[in-house]
Amino acid sequence: MTLLAPPHPLEKRVLLRRFPEPRTEPVWIDEYLRTDGYEAIRKALAMEPEQIVDEVKKSALRGRGGAGFPTGMKWSFVDRKSPKPKYVVVNADEGEPGTCKDRILMGYDPHRLIEGVLIGGRAIGANRGWIYIRGEYREYIDILDRAIAEAYERGFLGSNVLGTGWEFHLSTHTGAGSYECGEETALLESLEGKRGNPRLKPPFPATSGAFQCPTIVNNVETFCAVPDIILNGGEWYAALGTPKNGGTRLVCLSGHIERPGVYEVPLGMNLLTILNEIGGGVWKGRKLKAVIPGGSSSPVLKAEECDIPADYDSLAKAGSMLGSGATVVLDETTDMAKVLARLMKFYAHESCGWCIPCREGTTWLKKITARLEEGIGSERDIDTIDRISQSMLGRTFCPLGDAAAMPAMAIARKFREEILEKLSRADAFAPVEGAQPLVVL
Amino acid sequence: MTFSPELEARFAKMIASYPPGRQKGALIPMLLYAQDEVGAVTDEVIEEVSRRLNVSRVEVEEVLGYYTMLTREPRGKYHLQICTNISCLLTGGEELFQHACRKLGIGNREKTPDGQFSLEEVECLGACSWAPAMQVNYDFHYHMTPEKLDQLIDSLRKLQ
Repeated sequence: MTLLAPPHPLEKRVLLRRFPEPRTEPVWIDEYLRTDGYEAIRKALAMEPEQIVDEVKKSALRGRGGAGFPTGMKWSFVDRKSPKPKYVVVNADEGEPGTCKDRILMGYDPHRLIEGVLIGGRAIGANRGWIYIRGEYREYIDILDRAIAEAYERGFLGSNVLGTGWEFHLSTHTGAGSYECGEETALLESLEGKRGNPRLKPPFPATSGAFQCPTIVNNVETFCAVPDIILNGGEWYAALGTPKNGGTRLVCLSGHIERPGVYEVPLGMNLLTILNEIGGGVWKGRKLKAVIPGGSSSPVLKAEECDIPADYDSLAKAGSMLGSGATVVLDETTDMAKVLARLMKFYAHESCGWCIPCREGTTWLKKITARLEEGIGSERDIDTIDRISQSMLGRTFCPLGDAAAMPAMAIARKFREEILEKLSRADAFAPVEGAQPLVVL
Repeated sequence: MTFSPELEARFAKMIASYPPGRQKGALIPMLLYAQDEVGAVTDEVIEEVSRRLNVSRVEVEEVLGYYTMLTREPRGKYHLQICTNISCLLTGGEELFQHACRKLGIGNREKTPDGQFSLEEVECLGACSWAPAMQVNYDFHYHMTPEKLDQLIDSLRKLQ
């Protein structure tokens, strides 16, 4: 089967422009070259590295992995004059629950990613890059390995890229099962052959990244946006979106929606338009209860909060995040206590244990919410969720602690009445198999 | 210990891709690819990989205790990994996992006595728009239902 969705008229396909219709085969090098492939790196090789960074700055491209940091600025932090080697690392550790977009880009247009990496490498003066892919994605590792071999054969990679004398090497690097490794410094630790524990920042990877050398780490989708930015100009790309939120992005629709799938929309398209027009609305003719707009770490929005432009700044203003573009739809029948409990089980499982507030906090959140899911607990437990979450926010090396605390607080606050109602219905004294003993903090 | 020629070629290329003196970078990929061929990260694999990368055994043990895909014990010939995270939860992933437990007569992270099947409840597989999703070894299966799971297991049984 193909994972590509048929284009919807409201979509704006740039990243997916090679897919006017669904198909099963990736675009291999000959087809890529026939459709402007590797034209952007040719153009970039004739530009000064500063110009490349400037063009990316002008494009208002922001990191598509979740944090939304301006890409051009990130690249400009690398000291090109440093005597150390510089490295490019692709974060393809797609693991944020709800997110399934990078696999589309790697699985169908692998050369686009390679070209984006080349341009990034040229911009910072690097000679080597790695694509760090989650281990479960072996299928995509194989596709990228083949595409990389093709690029070497045709002289786009190697010791003399397109005869310019510039050397650039690229390899895939498999992960082996860890959500935490999607955090850039944990990813770098993993790349070095160690446990994926995050690093203290600063120094940031731009100063001391892979193997303690200046490094840019960007998401797959971010790199994939770069070739078209170089081909058509940063201003063209910026104009596709809203101010400071340039371009288009992939949105992964999942959950209780009529037409789940990965679509490409301009930044700033109204969230309800995405859900109702492109996604075909809530499934089974039901009503919308809530939306998780940017992956499981993003605070949930109630149905009445969803009439907003979906870009980084508007969602931040609404108290949530655009995150990784993973939009999970929850219909009116959804048991929010169950959703909360499942998410907390996930974060407790994935916490690397390095920072105490995260390790202990996620464990307690898991225990309390597992009881609430069974209908056991009191109003005090909901307050405890809030208190534990507050004590995690901003107190950890990496954002995993926040990633657990934010949705916990949002669901506990916004669906307090629903959870209380569930508790009042359940017989609190009935024995429940596997339930945790009640502990009052 | 030696691996298949294909794997040896992969390892040679892999090790060369890290900066001089920093070959430890190849540790996790080597362990995973070796596990795929051998069936588990055995004592021999640990010894061989640590020798080739010049890392101590404890450095290997450290990563073995961290990465969920690495295993010291062989899994079933068909390792069924069923996602129950958010998007799959909303579309029947939990029921699918329970169904698999009943069908195979085993629980989470267990193996059938004949060694053919093992089962694991996994976190997000990145297949959310085609949920509920699962993997058999590295192969993805999308839009799963208990009926489709029955058919899948039955067809794998016939392959034996």
